[in-house]
Amino acid sequence: MFNDLFSKETLSEAWRIIEAEFPTAIWETVYVTVLATAFSILIGLPLGVLLVVGEKNGILPLPSWLLHTLNVVINLLRSVPFLILMILVFPLTRLIVGTVVGTTASIVPLVIAAFPFVARLTESSLREVSPNTVEMAQSMGASPIQIIVKVMIPESVPSLISNATIAITTILGYSAMSGIIGGGGLGKIAINYGYYRYKYLIMIAAVILLIILVQIFQSVGTRLAAKADKRIKKKSI
Amino acid sequence: MENIQLQVSGLIKRFGTETVLNGIDLSVRKGEVVVVLGPSGCGKSTLLRCMNGLEPKSAGTILLDGEEVTSDSKKIAQLRQKIGMVFQSYDLFPHKNIMDNITLAPVKVQKRSKKEVEQDAERLLKRVGLWEKRKAYPRELSGGQKQRVAIIRALCMNPEVMLFDEVTAALDPEMVREVLDVILELAESGMTMVIVTHEMQFARAIADRIIFLDNGKIVENSPPELFFTNPQTQRAKDFLQTFAYEKRRTAIN
Repeated sequence: MFNDLFSKETLSEAWRIIEAEFPTAIWETVYVTVLATAFSILIGLPLGVLLVVGEKNGILPLPSWLLHTLNVVINLLRSVPFLILMILVFPLTRLIVGTVVGTTASIVPLVIAAFPFVARLTESSLREVSPNTVEMAQSMGASPIQIIVKVMIPESVPSLISNATIAITTILGYSAMSGIIGGGGLGKIAINYGYYRYKYLIMIAAVILLIILVQIFQSVGTRLAAKADKRIKKKSI
Repeated sequence: MENIQLQVSGLIKRFGTETVLNGIDLSVRKGEVVVVLGPSGCGKSTLLRCMNGLEPKSAGTILLDGEEVTSDSKKIAQLRQKIGMVFQSYDLFPHKNIMDNITLAPVKVQKRSKKEVEQDAERLLKRVGLWEKRKAYPRELSGGQKQRVAIIRALCMNPEVMLFDEVTAALDPEMVREVLDVILELAESGMTMVIVTHEMQFARAIADRIIFLDNGKIVENSPPELFFTNPQTQRAKDFLQTFAYEKRRTAIN
């Protein structure tokens, strides 16, 4: 098998496919991942804030049934396996995008799968803000909205950035999975060529590229988070 | 009494079944410095926290300039701006530099111009010798410096009353002085203050009146000299006794 894998013909064929397909595939993966992350944050961040401030002892207590419902919905969505979720949200995808296959269509299930995750990550970030700091802001007469926007969120920026990095790398992984239901990108290439047509070289190349993308996202995120953190000593700025 | 700025009457505070404050009556005149003493757990901090509505009270009234301090109304945000509070743990915003820590609330809550607030901050920072630290972040400051910044931050809101809750309790002894000097200077400038402290010497020096709390009640309410030299109750005598150390050992010769 390994003789075949690295024979001259397979290598040159693989290279042809890589040249022809990969630039678009990389672009599609980045496009889907970034857009899905952006929408997930757009929905998940406010929900995460509500989970913290809406508690009984929070700065903006919500009716307990509402908070309870929110928690249940988030837990429910988080417990459905992504592969199943993709199929379950077909009607919604059709409603929003008009079709259920293709690169753009895969953004919808990705957002549905990722926003509850982002909400939980946001929740844990905001809980890191010291209750004393929040109380201090209260004692200065700040309104709940002012405390959220001017104190809680700015004070948890480093943690929010590292959690956003976790979210984007997770979504990247999910986006590769969406290749199964016709989503575009590196995942589709890996499945179509590698799994269905036994072109393992292509699959390996696609996986290596996914790894590189994760590395890039992660190191950019880590660096940004460290830069935003004013509590730790920096060796050089 | 004339010029009463802060009036507490019949204040009761319960946590569950435990009564922490049990009928507090206290009035603070404008420009007066009241020091609250008492054993730990006697309700000193709770009293301060009730005064600016951080703790909802169970019964009684608290009036600031004749306006009721309640914990639920929207007016509390307005009232709190008149009451500066400084806590034991400084609670500076760790991700904001010193200047931003000071200007945040006056600019965002009171909607004052940033320039004007920065001028106030400059004047005060220079007075306590921390002007060079304006761009620093809290972690770069010592505890004493952080606490002085916290005091300035409260002062920049132009409060009418300042509440200090054991502001030196977390500090090294040599840093206690620099913070207490700032508070002493503030007292000289005529600021109305209620101070909870364990620094007896300081209490004696700064107070116009000592309030001694025990079991949620005011046990003594007297001028500092009287309180420290001739406490009227056994409870206060015992309390003061805990700060005195007797020589137990005879020297080895």
